[in-house]
Order: sequence, then C-alpha cells, then structure tokens
Amino acid sequence: MEVTDALVEKMAWLARLDIPFEEKAAVQKDLERMIHFVEKLEELDTTGVQPLLHMSDVVNNLREDEVKGSVSTEQALLNAPSHTDRFFLVPKVIKK
Amino acid sequence: MFSFKSIETYHQYLATHPDGCTIAVKYYLERIEENKHLNAYLEVFAEEALTRAAQLDSQRAAGKPIGKLHGVVISIKDVIAYKGHKVSASSRMLEGYTSLYNATAVERLLAEEAIIIGRNNCDEFAMGSTNENSAYGPTRNALDPDRVPGGSSGGSAVAVQADLCMLSLGSDTGGSVRQPADFCGIIGLKPTYGTISRYGLLAYASSFDQIGVFGKIIADLAMVLAVISGPDEYDSTALSNKQEINDLSILSSNTPPPRVAYFREAIEHPSLDPEIRYTLLQFIDTLQQDGAVVTEVPFDYLDFIVPAYYVLTTAEASSNLSRYDGVKFGHRGAAQPGDTLDAFYKKNRTEGFGKEVQRRILLGTFVLSAGHYDAYFTKAQQVRQLLVEKTTQVFQDFDALIMPTVPATAFRLGEKSDDPIALYLADIYTVFANLTGIPGISLPLFKHSNGMPFGLQVMTDRYQDPYLLQLSFNWLSRYQGVNLQG
Repeated sequence: MEVTDALVEKMAWLARLDIPFEEKAAVQKDLERMIHFVEKLEELDTTGVQPLLHMSDVVNNLREDEVKGSVSTEQALLNAPSHTDRFFLVPKVIKK
Repeated sequence: MFSFKSIETYHQYLATHPDGCTIAVKYYLERIEENKHLNAYLEVFAEEALTRAAQLDSQRAAGKPIGKLHGVVISIKDVIAYKGHKVSASSRMLEGYTSLYNATAVERLLAEEAIIIGRNNCDEFAMGSTNENSAYGPTRNALDPDRVPGGSSGGSAVAVQADLCMLSLGSDTGGSVRQPADFCGIIGLKPTYGTISRYGLLAYASSFDQIGVFGKIIADLAMVLAVISGPDEYDSTALSNKQEINDLSILSSNTPPPRVAYFREAIEHPSLDPEIRYTLLQFIDTLQQDGAVVTEVPFDYLDFIVPAYYVLTTAEASSNLSRYDGVKFGHRGAAQPGDTLDAFYKKNRTEGFGKEVQRRILLGTFVLSAGHYDAYFTKAQQVRQLLVEKTTQVFQDFDALIMPTVPATAFRLGEKSDDPIALYLADIYTVFANLTGIPGISLPLFKHSNGMPFGLQVMTDRYQDPYLLQLSFNWLSRYQGVNLQG
C-alpha cells in the first residue's frame, strides 16, 4: 500500500493532529513502514475465521440501575483548562 | 537498619517495632532521594506517606488488627488514578491533571492499609518498551544506568529493583510489566485479562490492558493480587474469580510434575540472543531431569503476532485517546483569534501528545478508516481468533507454556530510538499473552555474560493464575541463584 501525501493528510485530519511541514516526510515514512509491517498479515489465510470481538466471555454483565451520586460541578470543572462557574469554555462554534 | 524481605517478615518486624511503618517509610524516602538519578519516580508523596505510617503505627499500638497489606510501601505507575493526586501518563497532555477518584486497585490497596509512596515514570500513555518516551525523561536501569529499564512500566520496575519501595503496580498491554521485570531482574506478573479491574487505569488498548504487579517474592505478589483482583461494578470485564485467588496458598509441598510446552519457532527465532537460547535449552534439560514433561510444540503464527498486536492496539488507542481534546481536561494550546473548533482540537492534541503516541494514533486511525477497515482491522481480529484457538488447544495437553520474555537483555539508552519497527519486534514474546488474554509472568532466573539479568516467561491457560504462581514459586525456590548455564 502506497502512503501518499493525501493519505497522511487525511489520517492527520481524522485524528485531529497537525503535522508540521518539516516533519511531514518523516511521518509519511514512519506510517509507510508501519503499514508495510502490518501487511504481513495478508500472508495468513483466514478464510471463514470469525473475527474475535470480545476478550471476556462475560455476556450482559448487568447491575441494578440505582440512582447514585456523581461528581459535583466544582469537581467536574477542576481539570478544565478554561471554564466559568458552570460551563466548559471552547472557541466560538456558532457564527452569526 | 531497616531491610525488607517479604510482607510476612515485615509484619513480624512490626509486631516488635511500635514505629515500624514510620521507620520503613523513612528508609524508602532516603533511598528514593539517593537514587534520584534513576528517575523512577515522577512524584513522591513523602509527607502524606509519613502521616499515614504514623497513623498505622498508632492503630497497631491501640491493638487494632492489621490489614493484609498493613504498612506495605507501594508505588504506582503514572497511569493509575489516586484520588486527589496528579496522574499524567508521563505526558504533557495531562500535566497538572488531578484525579477525582481512586482506581479500584488503589482503593483496595488502601483498604488493606498499604502506603502509596509515589507515582512512577513510564512511557507516555504506556506506549513504548524502553521508558524513553516519557515527557519527563528516561528512567535508568539501576544495574547499569547506561541501559534502559524496559517499558512501558520502567519506573515501577526500577522502584522495586533498586529497593525504592516494597512492591509496585504497572500495566501490561503487550509486555509492559514482564519486559521491564526481565530487564531489571525482578518478578513481573500480568494476570489473566479481567483479573484486576481497569477502573481508574488510563486506557491504552482496552481489550489488552491489564494491571500487573512487580515484586521480588511470589508470596508477596500473590498477596497483592488477592487484594486487588475480583469483580467490580465499575468494570464489566472484571472477572468474578475473586474467591479463587483469595484461596491461593503458596505451598512448598510438592505438586505433580508439570507438563510444559515450548514453541520451537520461539526458541529458533533469529532475533533471539544466542546465549539466551542456549540457557533456555539448558533449562529445559534441567526441568526434564527433574521430572517435568517438556515438549516442543509447533507454532506457525510467531511472525504474525506482533503485526496483529499493533493493528489492534493502535486501533483501540486511536479511539481511547480521542478523549484528550483539551476541553474538559488535558493540554490546551494558546488560542489565536478566529481559531475554529477543529484548529483548537488539533493544536491541543499536537502539542500535548509526544511523537510515538501520535505515530500510533495515526496507524490506528488508518486501520479503522473506511476502505481499510476489513483488510487490516478485521483481518487482525481473525488472526487473534486463530491465536486464541491455538492457545486453547495447547492448554488441553499442557499445564504451562515457557518462552523467553525478551529476545535480548536491556538495551542501551538511545540504541533503538530511530526505528519504531525494530522496537516493536522486541515485543515478540510478550504480546502473545495479551492477544489471547492468558496470564504471564517473568521470573528472574538467569544472568547473561554481559552482566545483565534475563527472565523466563511462564504462561498458563486463562484463569489459572493461582497455578501460575504456584509453579513460579516452585521453580524460583528450586532454580533461583543456581547456575543453570552449566
């Protein structure tokens, strides 16, 4: 699989990462090496094998739905880089 | 002068030393200070540990019965939440982040009166096998400071290795407890997937992640495991096998000779250091002479396990780490007027995450993206299924599977920093247990002619953790310190 500029751009966009211009070539090379490396799996015939979806064999591990306390507003805001006394602050999303 | 041998002897010591916990904590604080250059701790909770030690000492004086881990000094990897304390995953992303709650493992340690003395350095978000990917500098191997301690739980391994605590907790997604234990010459245990609740463990790859324990004595690891394992209403994958592990009694009595398997391809693999190979073959001879049935078993999948591991774990990581956007917590870059929400997310994430973390997020994003999902992600899940089937088959006929833990002894600092693939390949023997969910342990049995230790990795079938510990106890009692290299 060829790792093109456009592919790297697209992955960076999906992952919400910026790749600085001067690092683009190195990132592209790393991604290419990594993808090439995992393409080894193609050599193994897995026709008819069900993909393994869960590690645990526990099914529907349910508990009673009880009302319990959670964190306070003050605690929830404790680690927020920017907030008011009630809200998390982010750049303006809706433009007039 | 204080010295620690086992929890049992420490508790005997406490019975005759009214200020024993305080003496122990002071001893470790001094040791930590003297060994600062190893960079095993990101933060030491010195005053708090002393206060708690004094409380425990006075409780004992008042005749209160002691908890199972009374006064036991433990350090935790910086990916495990401890209420009111910082937890950063050795990342700039979580600089200054304070945990609002205790991980279940921490909650249970504290309930049995353990003393948590600090948080250990590690690879960023537990991604790495040298501890060089930490935003706070590498941890060094106490046996040779020019060598790495392994990773990602390098700090937790060195904390035990260099006598900077009694036991420590790490996390093992692809070998991150067993591999540093091997490099540092101590015991590192990764239990069966789901044995210890992952609540409060910062997620890397949730179907692989498992908290593990470092120590020097099997009985001590067994005690910590008994305390922290078991079901948890905060983690639906935590198994209901608490009773089984509670019943664990390490006996010196004889157990029937084990039926042991090893994979021919693992021993013959070209990446394996010849001296490690030779030592292992000698050890197999010794086991046979001592009555064990040791059998070579073919394993055709060896070269596929590391690629399958990296597809699945990076996929899970790209999803798990999407929560770090700098809104509710996490690093926030300097805002420019007119920044869009997307530019804001990108800035926070790009500045907050280190290189290796970004690499893995990108690969994980790729294998999950439209058009590539089936060829990479589903394919790897199929390979995982084959591995689980193979494992089930092996343990129908055998009690244990042995392998090297790592193909080489501890790397030199900087030795493997420019090629991610070379480093990934060094996980060849450890990722198997995480792909299949089985328990694995690295036992410090061997020493290389280059002066560094290396371990024997032992695995059993799922839920056979008590047997794994019993077998480890038997083998360590019999072979540790014995010259097995002839």
